[in-house]
Amino acid sequence: MIRLIKRPTPSRGWIVATPVLAVIVTMIAGGIMFALLGKDPFEAIRIIFLDPLFDDRFAAYSRPQLLVKAGPLILIAIGLSLGFRAGIWNIGAEGQYIIGAICGAGFGLAFYPSENVLIFPGMVMAGALGGWAWAMIPGILKTRFRTNEILVSLLLVYVAEAILASAATNWLRNPDGAGFPGSRNLSRHAGTANPELLANTGMHWGVVAAFIAVIAAYVLLNKHVLGYQIKLAGQAPRAARFAGVNPTRLVLLCLGVSGALAGMAGLFEVSGPAGQISIDFNVGYGFTAIIVAFLGRLHPVGILLAGLLMALTYIGGELAQLMMGIPASAIQAFQGMLLFFLLALDVLSNYQIKFGREAVT
Amino acid sequence: MIDPITLITALIATSTPILLAAIGELVVEKSGVLNLGVEGMMIIGAVCGFMVAVGTGSPWLGFVAGMAGATALSLVFAFLTQVLLSNQVATGLALTLFGLGLAALLGEPYAGIIPPPTSDVFPQAMHAIPVIGPILLSHDIIIYLSVALVAATWFVLKHTRVGLILRAVGENHDAAHALGYKVVRIRVLAIMFGGACAGLGGAYLSLVRVPSWTEGMTVGAGWIALAIVVFASWKPWRALIGAYLFGGIAALQLRLQAAEIGVPVALLDASPYLVTIIVLVVISSDRSRAALNAPAALGRVFHATS
Repeated sequence: MIRLIKRPTPSRGWIVATPVLAVIVTMIAGGIMFALLGKDPFEAIRIIFLDPLFDDRFAAYSRPQLLVKAGPLILIAIGLSLGFRAGIWNIGAEGQYIIGAICGAGFGLAFYPSENVLIFPGMVMAGALGGWAWAMIPGILKTRFRTNEILVSLLLVYVAEAILASAATNWLRNPDGAGFPGSRNLSRHAGTANPELLANTGMHWGVVAAFIAVIAAYVLLNKHVLGYQIKLAGQAPRAARFAGVNPTRLVLLCLGVSGALAGMAGLFEVSGPAGQISIDFNVGYGFTAIIVAFLGRLHPVGILLAGLLMALTYIGGELAQLMMGIPASAIQAFQGMLLFFLLALDVLSNYQIKFGREAVT
Repeated sequence: MIDPITLITALIATSTPILLAAIGELVVEKSGVLNLGVEGMMIIGAVCGFMVAVGTGSPWLGFVAGMAGATALSLVFAFLTQVLLSNQVATGLALTLFGLGLAALLGEPYAGIIPPPTSDVFPQAMHAIPVIGPILLSHDIIIYLSVALVAATWFVLKHTRVGLILRAVGENHDAAHALGYKVVRIRVLAIMFGGACAGLGGAYLSLVRVPSWTEGMTVGAGWIALAIVVFASWKPWRALIGAYLFGGIAALQLRLQAAEIGVPVALLDASPYLVTIIVLVVISSDRSRAALNAPAALGRVFHATS
């Protein structure tokens, strides 16, 4: 007989250990999945997790990609983690990412072909505002009409995708593009580009913003009363109300911050690595960031590490696709599995496991 | 012009996958469990059903396989949330993310294949009866089954002992536990029922509604099913109305796009989702109704201390 006994507070040791354990278990389960696909599991795991960093043939290209891919994941996940801590579930970051990219790109293109240095900061502001506004829709509907923010934020992703399709094929289309869908290339125009800041590092303004967000979130959660209120609202909603936490303000703040960060991430992506607004420039970072937030235990430093790891699986996945013909979707399943194992193993941090029969008292 | 009779016929077919998923989720939520993985279970049902139907040539085996595949996935959710006591929101999201990835992986070799056709129930001659023929008699068995399922769910929840126990578990799991009901077992069964329904809906989508396999083909149907449960205030017949309302919008907007009237395509594409959001807002703004009908233990973790 196995019994679970709730710990008064989650075990600190297990909180750190479970993500590591979850990664190891996912590697084993992923290896089985690759074996079922008829691929050598050990080679696949090595190609995904080690070759992008250490293989001489690939490292020169792959290492900079680590920051390129981790930047948006970390930026979005930091925003999401604030809400998740307070029990506010913004799962539509993908939509806020798209709208932020469209608003920022639109701002930059409005001044084309000017190369004024103020244009790029303006684009970042516009991107953040766009994402913020898109997240305010579920925020206001939640605080004003008590509408479930999970469903509204998610459904708005599909609305954002419809707007993106129309922008790429219609009103943001490159007028010199011979009728092909897609906007002007932002990354190749000096006024709107988000360039690599240090050669061969992958560091662009989005990565800088991600690092700033990590530090800001750390300070907010540990030194500021607002961070305390966020944590309190998640752990003890009733106590939070007695302590004078304004739930309306908290919902709007958490959704607003996560929306603004996701919007900024979208703008950095579209003006840098992606280069232009196209129908499918978004590759699901908004959803993967949910996994990053949980894997990082909703803690800023954890999210930083989890974002780098998840970026590694993206790069390694591309490499495995190239080298072994492992389909790209296998990596998506792999990332989903990781979240499963993490949630399953969480039982160890929240409960003590006792074997044997309970003594009669 | 848009013919109302073909529109109604089309809306019934469009609504059925969502109706099936919604009725399953309604039972799950009535038992006090919030499973946000409907989208993932639907797409796994769609791909499993498609693979087996193409492999065996039988759409019926395909429907069974869709149900089985999604039920298997729902058991993962059941194990995590009921045995390992994980957070239901996070686990449901994981189910959706994992399901979308796994389905894309499994379905890769099946793109561009046409599945075996599903036969209609009534002979072709009966479809020709004016009005009633196309609207009521021109469908396949899954559509009739989905309506029968709504009736059965309503009857079981409202008029049987099983339904009473299920609702008791969903309203107050501690009280139900104290009365000797097996809370975890009942909830696992409800989750499996939800998985089977979502899987059947998914298989219907890939085998009849579309019919073909494309990656991510559910495009939010599972999330809309979740919204319809809220719209329905957890009442089966209202879920039917909600699903048909949504199907009506989806079918109508496709016809408006074909008619090329002066409405932007982006707005028409987004209209099913926008309408769902608006309906959610209207329902949730009525404080008394929303609060009265939601199962009281919805989404709460049950941990028996004795």
